[in-house]
Formats: sequence, structure tokens, C-alpha cells
Amino acid sequence: MMKTKSMGRGKYFITFLLLLSFWLLLSGHYDLFHISIGIGCCALVSLLSADLLFDSASGATHHLVIGKFLLYIPWLVYQIILANIAVVKLVLSPKLKIDPRVFTCKTSLKTDVAKTTYGNSITLTPGTITIDIKDDVLYVHALAGNFADDLLTGEMEKRIITIFQR
Amino acid sequence: MVIRDIIAMILILIGCFFFLTSAIGLLRFPDMFTRMHATGKCDTLAVLLVMTGLIVHHGINLDSFKLLLIVVFIYIANPTATHVLSRAAYRLGMQPWTKDKK
Repeated sequence: MMKTKSMGRGKYFITFLLLLSFWLLLSGHYDLFHISIGIGCCALVSLLSADLLFDSASGATHHLVIGKFLLYIPWLVYQIILANIAVVKLVLSPKLKIDPRVFTCKTSLKTDVAKTTYGNSITLTPGTITIDIKDDVLYVHALAGNFADDLLTGEMEKRIITIFQR
Repeated sequence: MVIRDIIAMILILIGCFFFLTSAIGLLRFPDMFTRMHATGKCDTLAVLLVMTGLIVHHGINLDSFKLLLIVVFIYIANPTATHVLSRAAYRLGMQPWTKDKK
């Protein structure tokens, strides 16, 4: 009981520190007036919304996930560039050679965060949009058949599994 | 200094090209879903290129950090908005355009 209470306070404190460092980075004014406004605002917001930032997982696993996630970003940017060039070719071709389709894609990802990452990554890479997620089936709209084939090879999903596995 | 300006200019010009493409795609594509592809997507790379160009131009300081934050938040918000819009259209019963229906 005692331990959960101290964890609860730590949660508010970490949220407050994160928000305050963000405030200091963005404001650029380091005098008493602006910093005290920042401290007031951050205290209020962390009181109200610390539960949103830390709902279930413990700090240690978060740490690992963030590290792996940063490694995932360069690959995602590379995919975005490749796929963007493909969409540009489609848009600028004189005859619109598009062949849109909606297909379903089963995923083995379990947590909400992992599914959100997967859905947003699909939407970010041009040519595919996640329309809906029901349990573990994704409804994806693809601009042409080859975009759908790229997704169904499952490479993106494998990479996301390696991020979020414990 | 001059080389830095040239790199920034090239990056911003390529970014503008992608913005232009997304605008052309918005006008040319037949239905809502395909238009979401053009606007929601080319914008992501275009924003990345334009902001990188501005960061190169500015050098590393507080302003360029803020520019980087803009990119990060657009990369979170843009796909979410695209997804929500297309899901709303799908649930309202809008049928996706297909090649043979025309």
C-alpha cells in the first residue's frame, strides 16, 4: 500500500519535470516571471493529467521501448521516402494508373500502443491508409496492388514486434 | 556559409515539389480515400524536407530544435487525422472508388 502511494507521487513528479523541461525549451525567456508562470502551469497540468502519461507500464520497460523506437524511426523515414516517390509517379503519370482496393490484414500485435504504432506507420508510408482496426484485423485502403503486396510481406510488423517485445 | 544556404535551398525546393504534387493529386484523384493518400502523405515528406532545410539554414540552436518538434508532432498528428477522416467516411457507407466501376 505504502509502495503504490510513493509510486503515485513519483508519477506526478516525473510528469511535472517533463513538462517543465519542455516549457523551458520552448519559452526561451529565462526570467523569474516566465519561469514562475511555467512552474504554475506545469504543476496544474501534471496534477490533472499524470494518469494519461503513465497508465499501466512501469518505468523500466518504457526506457527500453523508447530506445528501440528511436532505432525504428530511420527505417520508417527511408520507407516513407521510397513510397513517396512511388506516389509522386502515380500522381504525375498522364493516365491515372491507380487501382484502389480495401483489404484486411491480420496482426499479432497485442497492446494498444503497438497497434497504434502499426496503424500510424501504415498511414505514414504513402499508398496505404489504415481505415479501421477491429480487435486484431486492420482494414487498409491501398492506392495500387503493389502497395498492398509491400505491406503483406509483414516486414513492418516484424520490426514493430521487436520494439514492443519484453 | 554559402554551401549551407545552397543545401537548404535544394531541400526546401524538393519539399515544395512534394507539396505541389500533393495538391495536384488532390485535384486529380477520383474519390475521398484516394485523395487522402495524396494530401496526407506527400505532405509528411514535404514537411520533413522543408523543416530540414530550415534547420540547415539556421544551424543548431533553440529555433532549430523547435522546428524539429514541429516535424515530430506533425508526424504523430497527420496519420491520426488521415485515419480518423477515412474511418468516418467508411462508417458513413462511402464506397471506395475502384478501377472497374468507374
